[in-house]
Amino acid sequence: MTSSEDQPLSGAIFEQSALLTVKDLSRMCAVDERHIVEFVEEGVLHAVEIKSTEWYFTGEALRRARLALRLERDLELNLAGVALALELMEELERLRRELEARR
Amino acid sequence: MEFKDYYKVMGVARDATEAQIKQAYRKLARKYHPDVSKEKDAEARFKEVGEAYEVLKSPEKRAAYDQLGQGPRAGEEFRPPPDWGAGFEFSGGGPRDSDYSDFFESLFGARARAGAGTQRGAFHPGRGEDHHATVLLDLDATLHGGARQLTLRVPEIDADGRLVSKERVLNVQVPKGILAGQHIRLAGQGARPPGEGKPGDLFIEVEFLPHPLYRTDGRDLYLDLPVAPWEAALGAAVKTPTPTGTVDLKIPPGSHSGTKLRLKGRGIPASPPGDFYVSLQIALPAADDDKAKAAYAAMAAALPFNPRANLGV
Repeated sequence: MTSSEDQPLSGAIFEQSALLTVKDLSRMCAVDERHIVEFVEEGVLHAVEIKSTEWYFTGEALRRARLALRLERDLELNLAGVALALELMEELERLRRELEARR
Repeated sequence: MEFKDYYKVMGVARDATEAQIKQAYRKLARKYHPDVSKEKDAEARFKEVGEAYEVLKSPEKRAAYDQLGQGPRAGEEFRPPPDWGAGFEFSGGGPRDSDYSDFFESLFGARARAGAGTQRGAFHPGRGEDHHATVLLDLDATLHGGARQLTLRVPEIDADGRLVSKERVLNVQVPKGILAGQHIRLAGQGARPPGEGKPGDLFIEVEFLPHPLYRTDGRDLYLDLPVAPWEAALGAAVKTPTPTGTVDLKIPPGSHSGTKLRLKGRGIPASPPGDFYVSLQIALPAADDDKAKAAYAAMAAALPFNPRANLGV
């Protein structure tokens, strides 16, 4: 499973690849599909608007879903708590960047 | 192996109630969670706290742990007693991503996992589990692309059923233009499924090390560029470093400290490419000889300038 020194493994930037389904996210995060659906219902994940019966997500949803799962498990938060924590973390991140830019 | 005092780690008394232990855990977890915390060593502390809680929250594990007493004195080697765990039944709490200390593994490792069953990898039968890792890259890797040697820690179950963390070195071609928080997906480099089937993928999340010159914000880059007072006041063409080489930058007359100039498309070469922002910082020449002092004095005499005018003084 190791690569040789002279032949680097190359992979694509995942976020630029095709859209993800609930099933894809469930497999990548190793959780039940139901769990992903609950994330959408609680506003933790946002499906992109697409004329279809199925939900689709951009690649960024992977990072968000994994972060949400870690918060849920490690801090014993419920879904509403996870959604709130994510919103506050994003706000904090934005303010930190602004502060940095003003220095 | 080092004895771990889980009560000390959690900051609770040895006769703490379940509620007190839970409360202590939640408080420490919020403080040290690597996604939330800006504390130093947050990750190491969080693992330690998680492991302590894993033991103390379970009545069976806690009772077995309490049998060990206070452990050996500091610096002494710890060995589990030969009759360790006899009469206790551990139900595994389910394997986590993180690795446990040798101390935890020697006491609860194989036994806990034997009870935990195989709920992992069950979400897509016939296909191996996807693996995830995070790496810190130098900014040049995304600016110019190129191969980088990445050292990942991979959890693996060894022959004795213990969860161990193995080092895996991969030589990876970093895609030019990847941004912090994005993933490199290496198909087929995840876990192999038991028996036949396709291996899972490896997702490598990218973060950047601080760069000596540039600061990143998404796809944009920022540089603080020092300029002389007369360059800012009168305008000038000055040399500035950019990721794609030195360029001549036109400073408009009447610029001041903090004036931002944008070089479109010269940020991280993502699609679409980011911009490069230059923030002007006025640097004052030192007045450390007579010539310089005379120049400052001449300026003071020539300019009716009150920098505190808008403070009302």
